[in-house]
Amino acid sequence: MAVAAHSRSGDNVGEPMRLKLTAFAHTLRGNGFKVGLAETADALSILVMSAADKPATLEPALRALFCATRSDWERFDEIFEAFWLARGIRQARVLAGAAPEGAAPVCALKDVGPRGGKPGLPDHVERRQDDGGYSVDGRGKREGASRAENLASIDLRYIVNPEEIRDAHALAERLARVMRARLMRRERLRKLGRRLDLRRTIHKSVSHGGTPLELAWRKRKERPLRLVFLLDASGSMSLYTAFFVRFLHGVVDAFREAEAFVFHTRLAHVSASLRDRDVSRAVDKLALMAQGIGGGTKIGECLATFNRWHARRVINSRTAVMIVSDGYDTGEPSRLAEEMWRLRRLCRRIVWLNPLIGSRDYSPQARGMQAALPYIDLLAPAHNLESLAALAPYLARI
Amino acid sequence: MKDMSLSRENISERLAAVGYIADRDIATALWLMDYLKRPLLLEGEAGVGKTEVAKALAAVHSAELIRLQCYEGLDQNAALYEWNYQRQLLAIKTREGLGEDADAIEEHIFSERYLLERPLLAAIRRDKPPVLLIDEVDRADEEFEAFLLELLSDFQVSIPELGTVKATAIPRVVLTSNGTRELSDALRRRCLYHYVDFPEVDREAKIVLTRVPGIDTALALQIARMVASVRKEDLRKAPGVAETLDWAATLAGLGIHDLRQEPEALHETMMCLIKTREDRSRLTSEVTERLLGKVA
Repeated sequence: MAVAAHSRSGDNVGEPMRLKLTAFAHTLRGNGFKVGLAETADALSILVMSAADKPATLEPALRALFCATRSDWERFDEIFEAFWLARGIRQARVLAGAAPEGAAPVCALKDVGPRGGKPGLPDHVERRQDDGGYSVDGRGKREGASRAENLASIDLRYIVNPEEIRDAHALAERLARVMRARLMRRERLRKLGRRLDLRRTIHKSVSHGGTPLELAWRKRKERPLRLVFLLDASGSMSLYTAFFVRFLHGVVDAFREAEAFVFHTRLAHVSASLRDRDVSRAVDKLALMAQGIGGGTKIGECLATFNRWHARRVINSRTAVMIVSDGYDTGEPSRLAEEMWRLRRLCRRIVWLNPLIGSRDYSPQARGMQAALPYIDLLAPAHNLESLAALAPYLARI
Repeated sequence: MKDMSLSRENISERLAAVGYIADRDIATALWLMDYLKRPLLLEGEAGVGKTEVAKALAAVHSAELIRLQCYEGLDQNAALYEWNYQRQLLAIKTREGLGEDADAIEEHIFSERYLLERPLLAAIRRDKPPVLLIDEVDRADEEFEAFLLELLSDFQVSIPELGTVKATAIPRVVLTSNGTRELSDALRRRCLYHYVDFPEVDREAKIVLTRVPGIDTALALQIARMVASVRKEDLRKAPGVAETLDWAATLAGLGIHDLRQEPEALHETMMCLIKTREDRSRLTSEVTERLLGKVA
């Protein structure tokens, strides 16, 4: 239509303007916007149209073009103003730190993560475990994995030797992968529900003169089980957090149907950071996020945040929510109970993993634990890797 | 064709003429849609009027509105096309009786006559560009989203039995999402984006005035203010624009001209705005009074 008449290549726009626009696109990319070449070209053509306009009239157009998510939408104004009106790229960068999702500050740490300081998986560890055929459910232990098995049953608190810590991390990762494979295989076996596919049946019947001799069947598509982890990263859990982070990385990475959140006094969505292929970098990021915690754990409030802002998006009809926490809550138990009740109505199962159950005479005395107990489907120990492995059969049945 | 395309200046008036009160941002987005030929992705809470945007757009262009409601398990067949099996079976039987050979029968039953258009195919086969509303795209599966992305970039569909169908006119595409699932970056990048928020008080009052005939300006303003403050309360489901309109119609029907007139009736009718038991217990008559004190 009218568009074609205008030069869409942006020839009419001066070189300085074009450079400035490119710089703006660059700034947006730096702030986590997904801006491609096509968008920049389109922006240029908007400039051609409204070359005489003031920035104020340009802004809504560029916003509609460059934004892709709600958080983009909310941050755009400030970045736009900082860039076009105050000429402050630096200001805009600072804004990235104030992003509501908490993802941006993590990204900012990317370069800080001491790649050399905390080395990734040594190759030999992985290989040995592959050969050993470590079995998740504790049965069928084969030779060659004895050390791994040993590690699996030690309470994570008592693993102090750096080498053992490294091995245990690798094991946690491997365990998560085995568990994932198991859950997915289970999926395939279950797809037995069948119904007639009329479209293909007719197609086939044509060669028999319209008599449907060969029936075509359609397989029912089942949703894979989705796991949502809520990991308590408070001080009282600090001895366990690193292992769970590693475990979560194994579960979330490459497994589409998994989401992870970390909480202490606030809740942070960490799936994106966990999807980083580089294990040690992902773990470092999370370790940094989990640091600097004080003022106790507010499980109830964090759950409320989850229920209100995230639940609708991450929970579907086949979701198991796994809360990893010792249940020491500094908030109101009634608040926790209320939010647990809400969560209970949203998801298929709530599994509470409590590392303290490992100790011999544990009973759920913590106030938070007491409040949450009525809404939990399974309260399971999580003090060593074996106990985590034992979860797989339970999840497969859901 | 010239008058069909929206210019940036007149778009707000033309939307208003069909009963849609637009803010500056959405007007710009709708103009850009035409200018850049990109689909528009609308996100926002339920009830903020996302679907209305598509309806208004269709009305402005006096174009047909074709709606595809997405749901879990929606597949290409249901969205694109289907063969009319019953008729096909009948045709096979009758033609068989006439002694035709299988190839000829196949040729016949996979022809245009037996094709059932579903929304997506319908949208690209119209002579005059329709408005295609893909509602709640987040409810469909990832696979469907990928397919949609392909359709939205090429505007052509291949039907194995018939061949490739190319768009005769490129439809204006509006997608809405409630955020029950994260949409792919590819789809987001393909689209223009607009986050639809609840309308500000002035705009909501205008909406009430246009949609509820015969209501006082003062009352409309009071209603809009009241609803805005109800939305600020910590409710599970914030009332949408449709609820506001229901409430306004109720009040107008009861002959109330001022919210302070009958506090009792006010509290009772406010249940038009509340949709869950939990919220109902939270919005006690004391709360209503407090809110009323603030706005009226």
